[in-house]
Amino acid sequence: MIQFDVTDRENITPQLTLINLLASLLAGLCAISLIFLINGNNPLFAFGKIFGGSFGSLYGIKETITKAIPLLLIGGGLALAFRAKFWNIGAESQLLMGAVFATWVGLNWGPQLPPAAIVPLMFLAGFIGGALWGLIPAILKIKFAINEVISTLMLNYVCAEFFTLLVVGPWKGKSKFGFPYTDDLPASAILGLIPGTRIHYSTLIIAVAALLILAGLIYKTRFGYEVRVIGENPEAARYAGIDFFKTTLVIMAISGGMAGLAGVGEAAGIHRHLSYPGNISAGYGFTGIIVAWLARLNPLFVLASALFFAGILVGGDAIQIDLGLPAATVQVFNGILLFFLIMGDFFLKHKVRVGFKTAKPKGA
Amino acid sequence: MLWAKYRNKYSGIKQGSRWKGPLPLCYRFAGQCESGLRMDKIDKLEMVGISKSFHGVAANSDINLAIESGQILGLLGENGAGKTTLMNILYGLYQPDSGEIRINGRPVAINSPVDSIKHGIGMVHQHFQLIQNHTVAENIALGYDRAPLLFPQKKISDRIQTFAKQFNLHVDPQKKIWQLSAGEQQRVEILKALMNGADLLILDEPTSVLTPQETKDLFRILRDMQQQGHLIILISHKLDEILALCDAVIVLQKGRFVGRADTREVDKRSLARMMIGRDVIFNIAKEPMPKGEQVLKLDDVVVRGDKGLPVVNGVSFAIHRNEIFGIAGVSGNGQRELVEAITGLRRVEAGRIAIEGADITNETVRCIYDRGIAHVPEERIKFGIAPGLCIYENAILKQHHRDKYSGGALLAYSKIKAHARDLVTDFKVLTPSINIPTKNLSGGNIQKLILGREISESPSLLVASHPTYGLDVGATEYLREQLLRRRQEGGAVLLVSEDLEEIFELCDRIAVIFKGELMGILNADDPRTADIGLMMAGSQKISA
Repeated sequence: MIQFDVTDRENITPQLTLINLLASLLAGLCAISLIFLINGNNPLFAFGKIFGGSFGSLYGIKETITKAIPLLLIGGGLALAFRAKFWNIGAESQLLMGAVFATWVGLNWGPQLPPAAIVPLMFLAGFIGGALWGLIPAILKIKFAINEVISTLMLNYVCAEFFTLLVVGPWKGKSKFGFPYTDDLPASAILGLIPGTRIHYSTLIIAVAALLILAGLIYKTRFGYEVRVIGENPEAARYAGIDFFKTTLVIMAISGGMAGLAGVGEAAGIHRHLSYPGNISAGYGFTGIIVAWLARLNPLFVLASALFFAGILVGGDAIQIDLGLPAATVQVFNGILLFFLIMGDFFLKHKVRVGFKTAKPKGA
Repeated sequence: MLWAKYRNKYSGIKQGSRWKGPLPLCYRFAGQCESGLRMDKIDKLEMVGISKSFHGVAANSDINLAIESGQILGLLGENGAGKTTLMNILYGLYQPDSGEIRINGRPVAINSPVDSIKHGIGMVHQHFQLIQNHTVAENIALGYDRAPLLFPQKKISDRIQTFAKQFNLHVDPQKKIWQLSAGEQQRVEILKALMNGADLLILDEPTSVLTPQETKDLFRILRDMQQQGHLIILISHKLDEILALCDAVIVLQKGRFVGRADTREVDKRSLARMMIGRDVIFNIAKEPMPKGEQVLKLDDVVVRGDKGLPVVNGVSFAIHRNEIFGIAGVSGNGQRELVEAITGLRRVEAGRIAIEGADITNETVRCIYDRGIAHVPEERIKFGIAPGLCIYENAILKQHHRDKYSGGALLAYSKIKAHARDLVTDFKVLTPSINIPTKNLSGGNIQKLILGREISESPSLLVASHPTYGLDVGATEYLREQLLRRRQEGGAVLLVSEDLEEIFELCDRIAVIFKGELMGILNADDPRTADIGLMMAGSQKISA
C-alpha cells in the first residue's frame, strides 16, 4: 500500500530551486523521449538534431535569436502579469493587435515619413494596440469579476477572426493578386536587419531593454511591490490601500503592450505585410507562457528561457526535415515541458514522502 | 497531486484500502452490527513515551497520556507547545518517531485517520472540515460507511435525527453548511465523529469560534457524552475552560510533558505557572487617565453587509485620546462591517465618520491611514500580511507609499530593512532573520509584527479587531500591554473583541453591539456592566 505524505516545504533555497528546475526539465525530456521511441526514433539522435539545428550552426543561432525576439517580449510581459496572479493567456491576440495597429500606421503614414519617424511611431502604435486589447479582460475582471483565463483565451479567437477579416476584406492588398495579404509596408516602415540574418535589431534592443527595466520595476519600485503584494494576497493589498483597479490596468497595459511590440517586430521585421494570423505568429503567445514559467517569473531569467524555447522552435523545423516528424511535434514538446515545470513547482513548494506500509496487526 | 494531499491530510481515505468503519456506539450496544467489523469499545487509552520531531525540532518529546472511559482530559499548553501534534499522532495524521499507543492495554498501530476511526477515535479540528455548499446530511454522508450508494443524504437524515436526540445536538440535516453558525457547524463535526463510531473524541480549541452561549451548549453536550461513557480530550489554552470542564489536565510546554493534575486540586494561577513556567499577571495595572480630546466621531453610520442588507444601523459614538474604547458583542453582529467602514474598506451608506474633525466618510483606505487610523485586522494572515513576502517587505505594507521609504518611484530597501530590524527588536518578534517569508512565523509573532507596524507611526487611533484571538498567554499579555501603552502615550484605541475578560481588563468605556445597533455605552466601572450578557443577547438596552 502506498501512502503519500505531503507537507509544505519551509525553506526554499536558490540551489534547491535550480536543482528542481533542472530535474523538471530532465524529466520532461525523458517523457518526450518516450514519444520519439514510440515513433521509432532514437531520442538522443532527435535531441541532437533539435539542439544541433538551433545552436549548432551559425545559421541556427541566427534563426534562434530571430525567434527569441517575440518570446523575450511576451515572456517578460507575462512574467509581470503572472506575478500579480493575473493569468493572461491572451498574449497571442495582443501580439496580433500590435501588428494590426503598427501596420495601419506603416501603410498610411509610411510613404510620407522617414524611417526615423515612422519606426518609433509603429512601435508606439503596436504597444497601444496590445495594451488596449489587454485592458479589456482586466476591466472585465475587476468590474464584473469575469475570470481572466476565459476572457483572455476567448479574445484570442475574436482577435484572430477580426484579423482574418481585415486581410481578406478591407485591407486586402491591391498588389497581391487576390491573395489574403495586405500590401507590403513601404520601405521606410520596414525594420532594419543585421546583414545576413533575419534579426530585426531594433526590436531585439527594445526587448532586452524592456526586460531590464521590468526587472527593476518588479524588484525595486513601489509599483513592483504593489504587484507582488497583490499576487501574494489580494485581501492584504486591499487592506494596505493598494489601488487594485489602477494597478491591474497598468499591469495588463504593460503585459499586452509588450506582446504588441512583439507583433510590430513580426509584422514589420519579418513578414512585411499581414496575412492569416497563423502565419504572423507561430504560437508565440502560448510559448511565451512557458518561457515566463521556466524563468520563474523573473524578467532577467526570461533572457535565457526565451533563447531555450526559440531553440526548440528552430530545432523543431530541423527534425521535421530530418526525421519526417509532423510540425505539431514542437507543440507537444512545449506542452510536455510546461507540464513538468508546473509539476516541478509543486515539488519545490511541498515535500512529498512516499511510504510503503506493512500490513497492520489485525483487529488490534 | 493536490487531491492526494488533501485526501491524506483530511479525509483519511487511503489508496487501495476499502474502509470498513466501525458502527456507531448505540448500534453496537444494541448488538445489531455484523460481526467482524466490531472493535472493542475503548475503556482506556494510553500514549506512552511519544516523541516526534520536525526538521530536527522536537515537537513532542517522551510524552505520556492516559484517559479512561467517562473522563474529560484537558491538554493545556501555549501555542507551539505540541498539543496539536500529539493529537494528530493519536488521530493518525502523523507517525510518532518513537513511543506507542495502547487501547485497553494492547498496543495498536495507527497509520492513518482510517485506522484511528476504526479504533473509535474521532477528531473535531479547529478549522472545520466541511463543504460549505453542501447540506449537513450530505456532509455527514460523505465518508460515512453505511451510507447507501444512491441518494445517501435521504436515508442518513433519519439517522442524524436519532443521534441528535441522543446527544442533544440539534441541527437541521437539510440546511447548507454556510447557513449555519460556527457553533452549529461544530455540532455537525461532532455528529460526524459520533456517527462514525467515535468513543474517544478529540476537540482542538473548540471554543475559539464560539459565542459564550454556544460554549455553554457545547459543554453541556460534552458532559452528556461523558455520562454516556465517552472519552473526551480537549485541547485548549484557556484556563477557565479547562478548570470548568475537565476531570484532569495534562500540561505541555515546548514539546515536553510538564505535569498532570487533578482539576479539583489546582487553581488558575498554578496552572498558568505550569503552562508558561512563570507567573502571569492576570490583571494588568491600568492607571486611570483623564479623557483627552476627541479623536474619532461616528454619527448615525449605516453600513451594508456582503449580502446587501444593512448590518450596521445608525451607530454613533466618539473616542478620545488616552482612551481604550471597547466594542463587545457576539461575532456577526456588525462589528466587522463597522470596522471596515471606519478603515475605508467598506462603503458607508449613510451617516458621517470624522477623525479629529475632518470628514473621512468613504475616503480611500490609504487616505484614512494617512489621516492617522491604523488597523490591526481580524484575520491576521488573511488580511494583515502577504504571507510569501519577506518580513521586511511586510513591515511596510501600509507605509510603502510614504516618502521616507522611497526615493521617487524606487523603494529604499536599506531604510526599509533598518525599519524592519527595529520593529522586530522593539516588538519582540522571534525570527532568525528579517529575510525569511512571513508565513514561517507563528501566529503570535505575525501579530506582533502587524501591531508593531501599525503603531510604529503613532496613529491617532488604533483599530484592533480581535487582536489576541488564538494567541497564547505570553503573546496575549504582551499585546495587551502594548495597547495600554498606546493609551498611555496619548493614542486612542478602538478594541473589538469577543473576549469579555479582555474587554474588561483593557477598556475605559464599553459599547455593546447587537444586530448592528449599540445596546448602550458604559464606563468600565459602571455597575450595570454586570448585565453585559443581557445586552449582548439583545434583551436589554441602556440609553446613555
